[in-house]
Formats: sequence, C-alpha cells, structure tokens
Amino acid sequence: MKLDVRFGTAGLALAAALTLGASPAALMAATPADTLVIADKIDDIVSLDPAEAFEFSGVNIINNTYDSLIELDPNKPGELIPGLAESWDVSEDGLTFTFKMKEGITFASGNPVRAEDAAWSLQRVIKLNKTPAFVLAQFGFTPENVEEMIKADGDTVVITLAKPFAPSMFYNCLTAGLAGIVDKETVMANEVNGDMGNEWLKSNSAGTGAYVLRSFKPQDSYVLDRRDGYWRGDAKLKRVRVNHIPESATQRLQLEKGDIDIARGLSNTDVAGLEGKADVKVEEAPKGYIYYIAANQKNEILKKPEVMDALRWAVDYKGITDTVLKGQMMVQQGFLPAGYLGSLDETPYSLDVAKAKELLAAAGYPNGFEVTMTVRNDQLRMEMAQAIQNTLGQAGIKVTLKPGAGAEVLGDYRARNHELTLQSWGPDYPDPHTNASTFAWNPDNADEAKLTGVLAWRNAWDPGELTAAVDAAVVERDTETRKAMYEDMQRKFRDDSGFVPMFQEIAQTALRANVSGFHTGGTIDSATYWYTEKN
Amino acid sequence: MTITETPAPRSPSKLWRRTKTVLSVVLALAATFLGLLFVTFIIGRVVPIDPVLAIVGERASQAQIEAARTALGLDRPMWEQFYIYVVNVFQGDLGTSLLTRRPVLEDIMNVFPATLELATIATIFGVLTGIPAGVLAATRPGTWIDQIVRIIGLAGYSTPVFWLGLMGLLLFYGTLGWVGGGGRVGNEFVDILEFDIARVTGIVLIDSALAGEWAVFANALKHAILPSAVLGYYSMAYISRMTRSFMLNELSQEYITTARVKGMPEWRVIWVHALKNVMVPLITVIALSYANLLEGSVLTETVFSWPGLGMYITNALFSADMPAVLGGTVVVGLVFVAINMLSDVLYRLVDPRAK
Amino acid sequence: MTTLTEWLRDPSPKSRVQARVGQSYLGWLRFRRNPLAMAGALIVLLLIVLAAFAPLIAPHDPIAQDLSQRLLPPGTPGYLMGTDEFGRDILSRIIYGSRVTLYIVTMVAVTAPLFGLLVGTVAGYAGGWVDQVLMRITDIFLAFPKLILALALVAVLGPGIENAVLAIALTSWPPYARMSRAETLTVRNADYIAAVRLQGAGPVRVIWGHVMPMCMSSVVIRVTLDMAGVILTAAGLGFLGLGVQPPLPEWGMMISSGRKFLTDFWWVATMPGLAIFVVSLGFNLLGDGLRDVLDPRSAGK
Repeated sequence: MKLDVRFGTAGLALAAALTLGASPAALMAATPADTLVIADKIDDIVSLDPAEAFEFSGVNIINNTYDSLIELDPNKPGELIPGLAESWDVSEDGLTFTFKMKEGITFASGNPVRAEDAAWSLQRVIKLNKTPAFVLAQFGFTPENVEEMIKADGDTVVITLAKPFAPSMFYNCLTAGLAGIVDKETVMANEVNGDMGNEWLKSNSAGTGAYVLRSFKPQDSYVLDRRDGYWRGDAKLKRVRVNHIPESATQRLQLEKGDIDIARGLSNTDVAGLEGKADVKVEEAPKGYIYYIAANQKNEILKKPEVMDALRWAVDYKGITDTVLKGQMMVQQGFLPAGYLGSLDETPYSLDVAKAKELLAAAGYPNGFEVTMTVRNDQLRMEMAQAIQNTLGQAGIKVTLKPGAGAEVLGDYRARNHELTLQSWGPDYPDPHTNASTFAWNPDNADEAKLTGVLAWRNAWDPGELTAAVDAAVVERDTETRKAMYEDMQRKFRDDSGFVPMFQEIAQTALRANVSGFHTGGTIDSATYWYTEKN
Repeated sequence: MTITETPAPRSPSKLWRRTKTVLSVVLALAATFLGLLFVTFIIGRVVPIDPVLAIVGERASQAQIEAARTALGLDRPMWEQFYIYVVNVFQGDLGTSLLTRRPVLEDIMNVFPATLELATIATIFGVLTGIPAGVLAATRPGTWIDQIVRIIGLAGYSTPVFWLGLMGLLLFYGTLGWVGGGGRVGNEFVDILEFDIARVTGIVLIDSALAGEWAVFANALKHAILPSAVLGYYSMAYISRMTRSFMLNELSQEYITTARVKGMPEWRVIWVHALKNVMVPLITVIALSYANLLEGSVLTETVFSWPGLGMYITNALFSADMPAVLGGTVVVGLVFVAINMLSDVLYRLVDPRAK
Repeated sequence: MTTLTEWLRDPSPKSRVQARVGQSYLGWLRFRRNPLAMAGALIVLLLIVLAAFAPLIAPHDPIAQDLSQRLLPPGTPGYLMGTDEFGRDILSRIIYGSRVTLYIVTMVAVTAPLFGLLVGTVAGYAGGWVDQVLMRITDIFLAFPKLILALALVAVLGPGIENAVLAIALTSWPPYARMSRAETLTVRNADYIAAVRLQGAGPVRVIWGHVMPMCMSSVVIRVTLDMAGVILTAAGLGFLGLGVQPPLPEWGMMISSGRKFLTDFWWVATMPGLAIFVVSLGFNLLGDGLRDVLDPRSAGK
C-alpha cells in the first residue's frame, strides 16, 4: 500500500494527472563535476578555531583544514598514524613525550611548518581556555606553566606531563580537533586585543589541511576550496560545499534529483524510502553518541537497586531498534561506544515486563509508581521517549514526559532537579577515559561539590570504588590490561548504577551512486573529504 | 453633549498642527519600542534556559560557567543590564550572538532580506488573488462561486504549512521539476551568487538583476516561487475572507443602492465605489498579514531551507541566545510598528470618515 | 405552540424580553433556512458528541502501542484510518483527540476575541490618550514573535493544557483589538451613534450596545477562521513542551509527529489534518450563519 513517493497522497490525484506526459528524467539536475555538495545540519557550529570548535559540524571542518601531530587513519579505524610528526617517543617514566616534525610541509599561506608552530598551537589551546581546553588541561597544563611544559626544540616538540598517564590516552587526545596545528605567523598577524587570532579564525582557516575555508555563513552553508600541494597528495575534488538543510524530506528529494551528492541528515524513514533506488546508495557507520536514561539517585524511589533493575528490564531495546529507530540506533548497554578500547558488545538486558514487576514488588512498589522524565523535544528523542514510556507503563511505572528545549533540559539535569531524564552523550576525544571519567567517576557526591561537568555527579550517583578504578585505568600503560579494566568497570556500571545505557547512534549517509571515498569518521574521528571522488 | 463633539478647538497654525502630529507619532513609536524592549528583556530573564549553559558546552566546569557569566555581564543587577542594553541599542549595537558569535545586527542583515523577499512576494500573491476572490464571493453570496472561494480559503487555513510545503516540493520539484528544491538558488548557481555578485540588498532577485546575472535571477525566481506561493496561500485565504465580509457590508449600504438606481454599471458600483471604501479596513488586514509574514515562518523556512528570520529567532530561542532573540524581536517589532503606523496613515488618506 | 410562535413573531412586542426573544427566534429561522450554516452546526455538534462519548465510539485504546502493527495503511481491517509509528489506531486517537481540541478551541474562542474586542472598541471610541495607551500596548503584544511570548509563559506558569490556552489567547487577542478599533473608527461618528448619545446614553452603553455589535461580524468571522490556526498553534506549543504532552492524543501534535512520515506514509499526518479541516469548515460555516444572524446591518433582509 506504500504510495509512489512522487505523489504521496491520493488527494493530489488531479495534480498527478497533470504530470502525465512530463518526463522527470529529462529534468535531472547535476552538481558541478569538481564540487562535492553535501546537505547536512550545521547550525551547531560555534567557531572554526581549532582551540574553540567542539561541535560535531565544526570539528568536521577542522579535520579537513588542519592536521595534528598524530592522526587517525580514516581507512584503518583505531590506528594511530603520523600527522605532522614523523615519529614520537615517550620516556621511561611516562612523563616526557618527544615528537619529531616532518620536513618540507607548508601551511596554506606558504609558511613552513616548524616545531615552534606546533608547540605554540598547543600552548594556545591552554591559554585561550575555551570549552575544549580541558582535554589537554587534564594532563596538568595551566596557562602559567604551559610554556615550560610544551616546548619546541629544533625540529622536535617536547611535552612534559605533570604525572604519568597511559601513553595511548595522551596520543588519543592529540588526535582530537583541538590539537590541530595552526600557522603562528598568519594567525598572529590577525591578532586583535591579545586574542591570539581567535576572532579571525572564527571565519578563516590557517592550517596544513587538504582544504582551506573559503566562506562560512552561520546556519546556512560553508565552502572549502582545495589547496594545491597538500602533503598527503591533493584532494580529489576542487571544492566542497556543505549546505544547511534542516528538513530530512528536502534532503532526500534533493538527493534523488541529483541536486546534492551526499545527504547526512536523513531520518531513518527517508533512508528506508531510498531503498532500491539505483542511483543512490546508503552507508551506515556507528557514531559515538550513547543514549541513556539517568535516574536521580537523590530520589527515594529511584535510588533502590531493585527499582533501577526494574528500569533495565522494562525497556524494549530490540523493539525500538527494530522498528521506531531502525537503522538509526543499535543496542549499547555499556558506557563506551563500539569502536572504543574496552567497549562491550554484550547486551544482557531485554524487555521482560514480568521480571520488572517482580523487582518493583521486591522494592516495595507492587503497584508501581509515578515519575517524570525530561527529554529534549526533537523528534528522535520524543519517539524514543514514548516507546520507553509505553513499556515502563506496562511494568507499572507511570511516566509523565516533560519535553523541553535542549539547554532547559540540560540545566535541570545539571542542577540535579530531574527525576528521570533521557539524555545522550558524545565522547570528547577518542579515548575510553572520556566516557569513563564522566559516567563512572565522581570523587565528591555532595551538592556543594558542583561537579556539573560530571554525569555521575549530576545524577547524584556515587560510583564508589569505580572512581578509583577510573583513575587507575587512565594511567595503566599496558593496553591489554587497560582494556580489561574498562570492560570490568562497564559491567559493574551496567548492573549497578543510576544509569540505564540503551543505545548507540548510527550515522546513515546517503550518497549518489557515483560518489566514493567519503568517510564519516565513525565513532572516533570526523568526516574526511579529501579522499572523496565523483565518477 | 452635542452632535459635533469631536472637532478640536482651532489650532494656532497648520504648521504647529503638523508638527504636533509628527511629534505624537514619534513619541508613540518610541513608547512602543521601549515597551517592547522592556518586555522582551524581562522575558529573556525569566525563560528557564540558562544562556551560559548554551555556550560553554556539556563539559564545562562550574568555574568556567561563572567566568562566562561574568564575561557576558549576566551577574550584574537586572536594571543595569537593561540600561546597558538600551544604550547600546540606541547606538545601533544589538550585541553579539552567543550562537554564531557574530554581531546580531550583522546576522539579522543576513537573514532578514531572505524573509523580506519571501513575505513581499507572498503578500503580492495574496492581495492579487485574495481581493478579487473575496469580491467575487461577496457579489454572489451563497452561490457555488462563493462556496469554492470559501473552501479554498479554509483549506489554506487548516492545512499545516509543512504539509503544503512538502507536498508542493514533491510535486513541483520532485516530479515536475518546475521549481527549485530548497535554498535560494540551485547549487549550480550558488557559487556565482556567493562569490561573484555584489551583495547590495541581500535580496537575491534584486542583487542578481543589478549585476545583470539573468540566469541566476531566473533560478532564484524558480526557488522563491513555491515557498512564497505557500505563504501567499495563507494570506490569500485570510484576505479573501475579510474582503468578502467587508464587501457584503458595503454592498448593503444605501449609497450603493442609490448608485444602482441612478443606473451606474454594476462593475463600476462594485469595483470602484464599494471596493474603494472596503479598502480602508482591508489595509489593516493586509498590513497585519504582511507584518506576520515578516516575522518569518519557521516551518516554511525549514522545509525550503530558506535562511530567514524565523529560523534565526527560533534557533536562538532554543539555545537561549538572548542577544539574538532580543535583536530579532527588536527588528520584528520595528517592522510591525512601522507597518501599523503606515496603515494608520493610509487610513486617514483613504477614509474620509476616520478623520 | 401556535400561540408561542405568534408571541415570538409579534411585529409589535409588548416588552423588551419579548422583543429580544423574538429577534432570536427570527434569527434562528434565518439560520435554519441556510443549509450551509446548518451543516456547520451539525459538524460542531458531531464534534461535541465525539468528545462526550469518545470511550464508547473509539474502536481501540488511543494510547496503547503495538510496534508490530505500526504504519498500517488506512483500510487495514480493524484500522479504518491506519496506524501511526507506534502502531496506535489513528481513528481512535482522532476521536479521543476531539476532547482536547474542543477544550482548547472553546477556551481560546471565548477569551481572546472578547478581550480584543473590548480593548479595540474602547480605544477606538474613546480616542485621545486612552486610544494611544491601549494601542501601544496592543502594538507591543502584536509586535512580539509569538514563540517568545509563549515560552515566557512556560517559564512563569509551567506546562499544561490550561497554560497552552492562556498562551494562545495572549498571543491572539491583539489582531481582534486592532480590527475592532478600525471598525469602531468608521462607525464612531455615524449618525445613529450620535442619536443614541443624544438620548443620553453613556459611553459604556454606546460601546456595549451599539459599537460592539457592529464589530461582531468581522470578529466572528475571524474567530471561526482562526479555529484551525488555534489547533495548529496548540501543536506548536506542544513542541515547546508547553501544550499537550504525549501520549495524550491531540490533533495538532499528531500532525507534527507525522511530518517525518509524510513522504512514505501520508496518512499519519493527513488524517488528523483532515479532521482539523472538517472541524474548521464546520466552525466557519457556522460562523457565517451566525454572522448573518448577529449582524444588525444584515438583519431583516
């Protein structure tokens, strides 16, 4: 009974009659052959300065306009490859890291890349102290000591940490967007009021990447132009244009018509609707976002372990990923997304209403209880929330949904005012510590501690011994042992915490059939445009 | 109490009277404007979204949050914040958007022309179709013409704009290829528009015409036609209904009967005499509908990827970007006030009774 | 019966009451002769019946989900209008939704136009500084982006249907005020008003008894036209977290959440859309009929 996409409704029968005789194929549009046109939602971009950009879309641009000392290979997930450093080393005590710079690489301006640029770029992150600065600051750098601890020495950069860390942790942090190396001379030439070029870099680029920023119109579009002489070899396509197209149905139409090459913001329904079209293909890759329920542990009911267990058994994980959010979510019951060191692929919990009822009875609530759940009011979350509300209701937990704007729901959560809240969390850098340190680490659960950046604190959950386990894992130098530590803490977290991790997001990218070599970056990296080509 | 109560005592001179009128208009404008600023400002402070949270991100520590709050001046007393804001506004500084990190005025200059373009075409469309339809319906009340006008108008009212927009896109873009599919120009022209055509007004149709880029002009027209027709449909529905109602009233007046008795041709009675008087209240109706469109329609802009004011203000609102929300409100407010004043002035020009 | 009719139709009524009731009766007769107005009244009546007897009429539970039955097309046995993304019966949701819709529509239709009418007629009739002050206030509210005003109300009042009604009313009264002011201006100096004043009527009586009725017809028309808009606005507020909260069925919200499925599963958004269309058509036809009855200018014709 599914109607032809082109007509959608019987009510348009008259209009449909008019279309007879028109030949749609002849009206096919095409994007310019040397330009990649992408439709996406890019209204999250705040800044294009590597030291400040921290949103999904912004970091995508950084990834294509800057390089860092160490990088991730889009073709080999998880593997560290040389970026602007040709080799690196760590001292016996795990405190001093040395990076030897590659020779002969130039910035887009023509300036050569020096160790000084690299050291200055990292110092700059700490000194500017914008949102992402904590990623580096956690190694003990402060605006006062950073010039001592990060130094250029000839063609090497020498970095000293305040205390030893797992080297993989430090390397992983250096692959994040904030560690992009900027052109010191060019940026300082555009400094205003001692801002180290921060204002100028909001709409300009000064890196070594395959592309340079040609224009950026907030909430509208950005254009990247290829730079000649990229050290990895020139990008295949001369220009990349990314348009902000918020409506999924519009993206889909444009893709079907060939007005764009890639659609990155399709709903799962529209992706399903594209099935079987010869000139369009869909690629799926997991993303780093974890969707979870947080149950405030200050709440007398929710702090009972049996109640938390009842919640875990009252979510229809499989039903949701098979129907409502098919293709968009996969089940994930640990706090690490698949693709991270130590991530689990076990899913011990499934919908079992009878068991949930038993647990509630054991907790002293044979007739269930009433509770509110705050949720951000975008369609995906509202669908997820309603499906959860339904099965929780079957178990006797009567949920009232409280939809709100993103910042409103977040504010409530940070103030520890929620009862239940449906939330998502994206990793900040490609190392398991990023999630472990927020889900399972909380050194002081008191209200006065105000550790508002830590999820466990927001949820008033005291992880007990897990806090120490997280601290131990981040300094563990043996990767296999480290991996086992994260697996172990996730199992404890999963079975006995104030959280119910449920899903991991999947990126569904729809491309014209002639486009190849596009990488979304998966769970740990950002999009890569320079391998993309059109045939 | 006498019949001629209204005429004021004779003013000393015509000039003084004019000055007084101008002065009172200016004062009224200023009062409305200040009131608007004040209410918006209060609202901005009671909305349960913390603007600081919206900009520092999930991970920010309490110290970073406090630092940002101080940097934004949000820790000062409210009256002081308001005072600073008003002083800045009168110097033409609407502040910096928290979301785009650009001056709000610059942002609005970017998005408002897009909305203006759409709203203007839509209103022209609404007036050109709505008035004749309404007159037609009024002259034949109860007939099938009247019913058709009614049904078409009602359908416009009860159809969600995204339904109409998406269906229009599916048909006219997806199937027929007659119109452009979202955005202000197609991707084959967008580089020319962005890099080669001087931005004079920000209205693509005007800028491309000024630059003599007729291919871009044609393409822009192809992109503007559907969203403005969708919006225009709504104003048509409203205008035609109101025209019908005003017209029915007017046609029952005695002077119409007199004109008819005198043997004036029916078309002249309707289209010249009656319509002229109907124009008075209609001006309010048209002005209101135009002003509403200038506020920007979030849903239309979303469906057609039209970077206009509606989307800008909504985005800002949901991120608690108060400078942008305030700025947007100020602009929308100014436009409203200006259009209303204009319609008041037009009134006096057109209607002898409202003196 | 005959005597009652005669009493009602008496061309020279003996008392005020008889005159008033007689007028209403004549109005009803005029109304009844108009088949379209009757159709409108029937639709509105049907809405009321649906709302009152929803549990008896609806074939399914409007809230219970069944993910295995999702997105079934209209005409599937047992699901006359198909099912939505959670496998809920759309027909049942529409029937139950009529309760919410009726409530919102009634409340808004009672509050906003009345308030706007009051402000507009007073401003227009009084003129001078009263006019200035009232119109400036109206302008301020009119000039406000509706969404912002609505959100401010959430902040102050908290979410819920009642507050949704309040928010809609608060954003929709200014046009009524401006419109009735404009109408008032055109009748203010009319001879019959002057005549009433000569008889010694105070401003309150002039406004209430002679100016307001002149504005009624355009207000009634606008109200009936606005009905669909009110339903859709309620949906928009639901989106802000201010309106009706899921899973409670509400037509506007059913439309918004069906938007995602419009391309492939047209019925999810279209069915509630049709419901809104039919109901606003009903209100509109009714409004037109009422206008003919209420409008003193068209009376007697």
